[in-house]
Amino acid sequence: MRQGLRQSMAWLHAWSGLVVGWVLFAVFVTGTASYYKDDISAWMRPELRLGVEHEPGQVAERAAAFLAREAPDAGGWFIELPKAEDPVATAHWWKTLEGPFHKARLDPETGARSAARDTRGGDFLYRFHFELSMPPLTGRWVVGTCALVLLVALISGIVTHRRIFADLFTFRRSKARQRSWLDAHNVAGVLALPFHLMITYTGLVTLAPMYMPWGASTAYKGEELRFFTESGMMPETRMPAGRSGTLAPLGPMVREAIARAPATPIEGIGVQNPADAHAAVIAYFEEPHGLAHLHPQVAFEGTTGAYTGKPSDPGPVAYASTAFIGLHEAHFAGPVLRVLFFLCGILGAATVATGLVLWTVARVPKPGERTGFGLRLVQILNVGTVAGLPAGIAAYFLANRLLPLDLAGRAGVEIGAFFGLWALVAVAACLRPHRAAWREGLALAALLFLAVPLVDAATVGSPFGDGMRFLAFDTVMIAIGGGLAFAAHKAGSVARRGQAATARQDLAREGFGRA
Amino acid sequence: MSSAQAARRSTPYRLAVAARVLLAALGGYGVAALATALFSLILPMARSEAVATATLLSFAVMAFLVCAVFAARSLWRSALWIAVPALVLGGGLMLALGARA
Repeated sequence: MRQGLRQSMAWLHAWSGLVVGWVLFAVFVTGTASYYKDDISAWMRPELRLGVEHEPGQVAERAAAFLAREAPDAGGWFIELPKAEDPVATAHWWKTLEGPFHKARLDPETGARSAARDTRGGDFLYRFHFELSMPPLTGRWVVGTCALVLLVALISGIVTHRRIFADLFTFRRSKARQRSWLDAHNVAGVLALPFHLMITYTGLVTLAPMYMPWGASTAYKGEELRFFTESGMMPETRMPAGRSGTLAPLGPMVREAIARAPATPIEGIGVQNPADAHAAVIAYFEEPHGLAHLHPQVAFEGTTGAYTGKPSDPGPVAYASTAFIGLHEAHFAGPVLRVLFFLCGILGAATVATGLVLWTVARVPKPGERTGFGLRLVQILNVGTVAGLPAGIAAYFLANRLLPLDLAGRAGVEIGAFFGLWALVAVAACLRPHRAAWREGLALAALLFLAVPLVDAATVGSPFGDGMRFLAFDTVMIAIGGGLAFAAHKAGSVARRGQAATARQDLAREGFGRA
Repeated sequence: MSSAQAARRSTPYRLAVAARVLLAALGGYGVAALATALFSLILPMARSEAVATATLLSFAVMAFLVCAVFAARSLWRSALWIAVPALVLGGGLMLALGARA
């Protein structure tokens, strides 16, 4: 929208980044937390005893008995078997693939509902990452749209930064406030640029069947499911017969699947049309070592328990697509690589946050001018999101420890605490002067995070007890709290307004902000 | 207020921005969808592989088109960035579907 490629790309970068920045910040933060989804879930259910082994066939039959009582006419069941970090079985069921999807966590010994505290654990943050607590389809479209705009912002940002390599080594901390915000944005953005590009593109690919179904719908007109069987994503199964049938016991099928599968542990059992004469049972196994997100599967006829096959071998491109998803989810990453992904995710959130702040700093009114409505709105949304979301997450963790264990609708109240604190910071951002709102919002978030280990120790026990099970979680809470406290301190320091004018010219020369 | 700034607050400027946003969003997605459908049919590989390849590339196609729409020097040129590929791909898709039927 301006003369010259770099100028028009700078314009595109600034505005595309702004309009989706707040959603992207939330997507980056909750997505980064999701690298440790299982650890968060384990922390949020401290009463679960770990290390008890169960025979998967028996657990599957207990869960199937629960599902046969709870959802005999379901279109599908899925049974997640207990694993080391989450020692319960989870039964999922749905009428149609459009949802709604139901689930119940079951004690693997009895097949009755688990007595552990009612919480959504890390799963809430994980689903927020791509559904934003909206109706699933709406949320996924919103996040997908924002991801595509982020891809555009990344490309236009790269075009804008001719000096991308030099900028990697440039951080003029003290020269001027705006200039150093630009440098911070560049360092966080460029340092982890391969990660940002990778995570954005692979995120889109993960939900590609929903966002871009037109290839499959054209080439497989009327039989779109065949795309997934032909590309090796799932085994061939029969369409429902429309007659009722009786599901055979799952135990023998699970044991046969284990005998037929590669050496990885079994993760779950899916049942398609459990009450139909053409019911199908599919056993899913953990991914073998490697990038691809491709679970080995073994399929059976539901009513007889007869083996019917495995998925075909995927072609090279289908395999590459699953590797895109694998890269996004990082299931392959060991502890060290996982920390690296986590840090890159934080850099992503920092890039978005510094970019949002930069937009406002480049438009600070000259002395004597009034702050316009647009700038004020962006300032409020910035504080409300960048300080409010972390405060909400800390409140979610605190609520998990502080709410009475037998409270009705407990999981919902935890989520209420998440949105409540977030909304509180956003409302405070409207009422307080901008600089004070930053300082107080960040300080509140810092205090809440620092309170998590203390409340944990007071309610569940010392992090050094119980094999130091939660020591790592509590340490990360202190580190995040410390980082937020540092940010609050920085936000409170007095600006050097004298240098603002030169910096504004710097930014204008780069194509950002007002000329 | 500089004259450039005043120009950017005028109604014609805002309409031009809105037009490009629409071209980028709807046109960009439409052309990416056409490209995905066409390449799923004509790429010389197994059907499932062609679909996977076309789908993998679709987001790059759309992101490139969005950048092109905003980089174009005039609204007229940004419309060409959408219209020309849409006509070519749409025509190709009709031919490919006709050849298959």
